[in-house]
Amino acid sequence: MLVPWINQLLQGILLGGLYTMFATGLSLSAGVMRFVNIAHGDFIVLACFALLVLTTALGLNPVVATLIVLPFAFLFGFGLQRFLLQRVVGQNVLLVILVTFGLSIIIENGLLEGFGADTRKVSGGWLETATVALGQGINVGLFQVFTFIAAVALVAVLDLLLYRTGIGAKIRAVSDDVAAADLIGLSSGRIYAVAMGISFVTVGIAAGFMSIWTNFDPASGPTRLLIAFEVVVLGGLGSLWGSLAGGIVLGIAQSIGGQWDITWQMLAGHIIFLLVLAVRPQGLFPRY
Amino acid sequence: MRSASRLSLNLARLVCAAAVAAAAAAPLLLSQNDVVLLTEFMSMLVLAIMWNLLAGYADIVTVGQHAFVGVGAYAFFGFTALAGLDPYLSIPLAGVAALAIAVPAMALVFRLRTAYLAIGTWVVAEVLMLIAGKLDAFGGGSGTSLPISIVLSFGRTRGDRLAVIYWLAFALAATAMLATYVLLRSRIGVGLTAMRDNEEGAAAVGVNITYARILCFLGTAPFLGMAGAIITLQKLRIAPPASFSITDWTVFVIFNVVIGGIGSFEGPIIGTIVYFVLRQYLSGLGPVHLILLGSFSIITILVERRGLWGLVRRMLDDDLLPIAHKPSPAFRASALLLRAARR
Repeated sequence: MLVPWINQLLQGILLGGLYTMFATGLSLSAGVMRFVNIAHGDFIVLACFALLVLTTALGLNPVVATLIVLPFAFLFGFGLQRFLLQRVVGQNVLLVILVTFGLSIIIENGLLEGFGADTRKVSGGWLETATVALGQGINVGLFQVFTFIAAVALVAVLDLLLYRTGIGAKIRAVSDDVAAADLIGLSSGRIYAVAMGISFVTVGIAAGFMSIWTNFDPASGPTRLLIAFEVVVLGGLGSLWGSLAGGIVLGIAQSIGGQWDITWQMLAGHIIFLLVLAVRPQGLFPRY
Repeated sequence: MRSASRLSLNLARLVCAAAVAAAAAAPLLLSQNDVVLLTEFMSMLVLAIMWNLLAGYADIVTVGQHAFVGVGAYAFFGFTALAGLDPYLSIPLAGVAALAIAVPAMALVFRLRTAYLAIGTWVVAEVLMLIAGKLDAFGGGSGTSLPISIVLSFGRTRGDRLAVIYWLAFALAATAMLATYVLLRSRIGVGLTAMRDNEEGAAAVGVNITYARILCFLGTAPFLGMAGAIITLQKLRIAPPASFSITDWTVFVIFNVVIGGIGSFEGPIIGTIVYFVLRQYLSGLGPVHLILLGSFSIITILVERRGLWGLVRRMLDDDLLPIAHKPSPAFRASALLLRAARR
């Protein structure tokens, strides 16, 4: 009786790894620049389509394709912040929300125009189907385990980057007080752009894992944004390790909800999120 | 120069008044298809006015406005088709239902600040849509049609029905405009305008920001709910993805207001007109239609954040519908004297 539930619990924890990946980039941009990029989910899906083209048209290995995408993702995020978002950042949060909202609609419909509404997937080859048997009939996918480990590694690396490196110190300085950072000679515009570039690298990594794990279509972005957002709020704003906890909570909620009744999968996640928001609005592991 | 601007402003006001009078009589003047289009225009106008009040003044950037439209649609169906209440009475009741949902929704999302609040409202809308899809009495995930007897109670012939639905939509839009005008002219409205321009400043001079935001959020919900009921009367069916459509009731609305001019009374009206004119040419383009609207709105924000109305307003002395309180002549004279004395 208990085995299917334990199985779902495990699957949920692993799913939490993927969700953490969705959230790290959002957490970074929200924590540093104090705005939420509404197009975050759509950028993940855009990167998935880029991977699809690289793997199918050029026949590249998904890992190689992801490695190729990452530097472009950094440049893209850097440029986006430097040339578009920086123009509206700081004046009024409203404007940034509206600009990224516009971007989200442009990306969704651009992909729809270019690729059609079909659901797609990137093939992960043998890794996708390999499983690890844990006894009692419980099996976990090797790829899922791999994703979870990568998510933990990603959080650890970002944490080190923010708290143990020079650029991390600069990013935190700008995030704490833009005016004071400018006063001591930091170029806040440039640092914002670097932070956004890093955020986009995580978008590329998340896309690499997501494109193999799940199906996607041009309209998949908003769901990914909502998940990323819920993970960030659940974990506690600005807390990277909190995101991992938030991701796992959300993954378990969806997985258990789906085991109970498959149509409850998404709803169970949202409801847990709203419950936590109601009783603990600062999230599970607030940084402050 | 100044009198020329004043003359053109008064002319424009005259044209607007004539347009409102013509709109009141539209079913008598226009073909059935045009009445359908104009009804849609009125519903969209209500949504735009409400979103502008929230995002443009009260600093509540909601991306989940479609939640209350959907709740209104479902409540209308529930009251009239399931509970058997009078169809006309069910429209204001749909507004009450939207208000009833808005209270707990507000309690949740107001825990989040601006940028997060935007996505918080989206989550709430998503939850309500998923729940709506689980209501078997309402047709579950695929929705259901409005019973024919209810449709007929709005008019025996198609022409009568379209006229009645149009007048309902017109009345709702007119009420929405009037309510917004009265609100913005009131003490609270002055506070809202101050919040629009500078939130910290407004708080410092004693504007009760929390109260104003609660009033706006709860005040818009019934209008959105009633718009949902009227939209259902036009579409003749409810279904989760259509009644809670983010594209139709939120995305287009945001683009309309941004292009028309956010944070002004005229903006949503101009934006909705521009949208309906553009739609005649662009709707055949499919996804490109939305790409163009998205690009227009980003360009608008970069060039003139107060939108088309902001561009026009630079050349005018006053708003089309004066909302700002004018300083008295004595105050103006003393301010001028003070400035002269400083020099």
